[in-house]
Amino acid sequence: MGRITLKQVTKSFGDVEVIPPLDLEINDGEFVVFVGPSGCGKSTLLRLIAGLEDTSGGTIEIDGKDATGLPPAKRSLAMVFQSYALYPHMTVRKNIAFPMRMAGVDKAEQKRRIENAASVLNLTDYLDRRPGQLSGGQRQRVAIGRAIVREPAAFLFDEPLSNLDAALRVGMRMEISELHTRLKTTMVYVTHDQVEAMTMADKIVVLRAGHIEQVGSPLDLYREPRNLFVAGFIGSPKMNLLQGSEAEKRGAVTMGIRPEHITVSATEAAWRGTVGVSEHLGSDTFFLVNLEGYPDPITVRADGEVSLHPGDTIHLIPDESRIHRFDAQGLRIP
Amino acid sequence: MARAVSNNRKLLNTVIAWTIGILIFFPILWTILTSFKTEAQAIADPPVFLFFDWTLENYEVVQERSNYARFLWNSIIIAGVSTILGLIIAIPAAWSMAFVPSKRTKDILLWMLSTKMLPAVGVLYPIYLIFIELGILDTRIGLIVVVMLINLPIIVWMLYTYFKEIPGEILEASRMDGASLKDEILYVLAPMAVPGIASTLLLNFILAWNEAFWTLNLTAAKAAPLTAFIASYSSPEGLFFAKLSAASTMAIAPILILGWFSQKQLVRGLTFGAVK
Amino acid sequence: MATQQSRSAARMMLAPAVVLLLAWMLVPLIMTLWFSFRKFLPLRGGDLGFAGFDNYTRFISSSAFWPSVQTTLIIVGGVLLITIVLGVILALLLDQPMWGQGVVRILVIAPFFVMPTVSALVWKNMFMDPVNGLFAHLWKFFGAEPIQWLSQESLTSIVMIVSWQWLPFATLILLTAVQSLDSEQLEAAEMDGAPYLKRFWYIVLPHLSRAITIVLLIQTIFLLSIFAEIFVTTGGAFGTKTLTYLIFQRVLESQNVGLGSAGGVYAIILANIVAIFLMRIVGKNLDT
Repeated sequence: MGRITLKQVTKSFGDVEVIPPLDLEINDGEFVVFVGPSGCGKSTLLRLIAGLEDTSGGTIEIDGKDATGLPPAKRSLAMVFQSYALYPHMTVRKNIAFPMRMAGVDKAEQKRRIENAASVLNLTDYLDRRPGQLSGGQRQRVAIGRAIVREPAAFLFDEPLSNLDAALRVGMRMEISELHTRLKTTMVYVTHDQVEAMTMADKIVVLRAGHIEQVGSPLDLYREPRNLFVAGFIGSPKMNLLQGSEAEKRGAVTMGIRPEHITVSATEAAWRGTVGVSEHLGSDTFFLVNLEGYPDPITVRADGEVSLHPGDTIHLIPDESRIHRFDAQGLRIP
Repeated sequence: MARAVSNNRKLLNTVIAWTIGILIFFPILWTILTSFKTEAQAIADPPVFLFFDWTLENYEVVQERSNYARFLWNSIIIAGVSTILGLIIAIPAAWSMAFVPSKRTKDILLWMLSTKMLPAVGVLYPIYLIFIELGILDTRIGLIVVVMLINLPIIVWMLYTYFKEIPGEILEASRMDGASLKDEILYVLAPMAVPGIASTLLLNFILAWNEAFWTLNLTAAKAAPLTAFIASYSSPEGLFFAKLSAASTMAIAPILILGWFSQKQLVRGLTFGAVK
Repeated sequence: MATQQSRSAARMMLAPAVVLLLAWMLVPLIMTLWFSFRKFLPLRGGDLGFAGFDNYTRFISSSAFWPSVQTTLIIVGGVLLITIVLGVILALLLDQPMWGQGVVRILVIAPFFVMPTVSALVWKNMFMDPVNGLFAHLWKFFGAEPIQWLSQESLTSIVMIVSWQWLPFATLILLTAVQSLDSEQLEAAEMDGAPYLKRFWYIVLPHLSRAITIVLLIQTIFLLSIFAEIFVTTGGAFGTKTLTYLIFQRVLESQNVGLGSAGGVYAIILANIVAIFLMRIVGKNLDT
């Protein structure tokens, strides 16, 4: 129970159209991630679904029923905010109980659900503390707890991890994924971090300037980016994009190849260049290589520890089967 | 990080600050002391400071002459009810300006404040006529309404500045959690803004308590609060210093005591929420 | 950040306050305007018909008008100057480390709680009385002739009394602002070799500018309409008749409502001139 359908949804602030007509289908139980650079309209889109903003046009359906005009409270959606938005004057227990109190759930049932959520989220020992006494990760879990107990049709997450430090973020990412596996409830998750998108999503929606650039599974987007924007946005480090003779040779205006699809060769190979900066991570090594005839360096990934130094000549073999070709409009050539 | 300061320097600061503090407080202290003197001691030259025959007779005389309790009760009712009424009207208004701002919000706020600048005396007679027409001259109801209206802009402004410090996401979260507008204000906003609301309440209670234009001009006997009580001592009888002091002490004591107990909120309130 | 629903709710919630204040402003204002064009003497025949601009010309040409405007401006300006200058000094002093800071703060704030009628009476009688007042005793002690405060130095006396009432407020706001000053800034300036006065002038004072505007605004609002202090002390005699007081006399003492109302309109115009000027400043400050 948690199918969300957007039909020709638009949003304007004054004369500025932030979301041009947009269609999207979110299936029951799916983990959908909206990803895009800041200002792409992803948070606005989430707030439209939540009912915190009005649509300027189009309809939003939740489980087949028109919810466009419904206030947030009536949409049976729960939201986790970037700042967690916990009620500072209430204990953790009261925070989690709040939505149930508003819905008039009876006391015994409230208690059961609170305890259940607390044990799932490791909050049992903190139920009588106030948000101010908790760490960032704990606050995040309280916010999630508050969302779970409502048993909503879908969860909405608005950049929930951006206020956490890097180590915690990885942990919380896993926890949210686990939660999804356990609850099997629809989740809509907004982030600007493509790593979060790739690791968590069943379905990624890449947005730019309010437009959906591509919708698909993480691997779909990785393997077959529909255009240059998606190609450049998904994947880390970024895909190398080359124009000129190498692209023309392959019948494209721009060709793209990911750093991991280039092999370093000991002998003379297809490409030759000089090593610029190199980053040794132990498990991988990344080189910036200045290809002959190209002004901008490309990134190359090599397995393990490779000892090459700035200024060394390097030979590279691009994996021809993993080359992406784009036309003059930046669209993928199949 | 406060820097370590030598004790000598600190001592000097302390002496200067206490001297100035006591000088500023002195008129109040002197009034309180004089209220316990006899009339002769009150005007003695050189003045007597602490060593006199402490007496309560002035308080008895003042109480006999005018019914202090009635004035006090009027003051409490007028200041209290007008402030609470003001809060009830101002909280929703401040909520709306702080959390659903529009292009006109700032103009409305400034306009409200500018109504405070309307010289009361310019509209005294019309108000006087309206009061007679409505039969509320010299009634507490009438004064409550007027005092509430003159303080309303300040209440709205103070609450607005306090509310603006509360992140809107928390209110949105409550909306997502199914809270109605009433629930949102009652269970989320108001408890979070308690310090601000308390400061606003206290400061406006004091402003209402001390309001001396309308309370002097729109009351005669029945609804007169302490401002009128004390104004009646401006006649030559005021020359009885000890009795004047007793009456003054009685008029200001409730507020001084209130101020003493709620120092923290008051200090915050006194800045009108405008300076952090 | 809002939906149609919350916006319409917002309008509903704002409405009572706006409607009440609008009524509070407009109804008496319109009545005042109406009276100002009538010859209206409640005790001597009541409404005697249309008077044209008669009241306006009479009020402005009366010998008391310009002095009253002058008196108003002197009192407002004098009190503002004294409270702001002393307020800054006191705020800087109270910010220094000392023992019993809380108690000193209470002592300094106390005058604000004293109702204007009380403070006027206490000052008038117990301090400024030329025979039995404390000042008279003090002057005599030093062998000087006691000053007839409220008749010879009437305006100074009133400015003194009102300043005493408002100094706490100015001090407190400025103190709050001083305390929010980043001490690293000052330390950096000290490292740069700036002497104390320069540090005050280039760092402390600019930092206080917002607080000073707030003091200016709020005090002006209240000072323009001071009434009780004059009512109780001089009753408007000895050159202490402010515009407010002059109108009060016309309306209530001479029972000439038409004339008084014309004066009221002048007072409203004066207040609006001040208001426009102040609102500009505050409007700017509200943005930050």
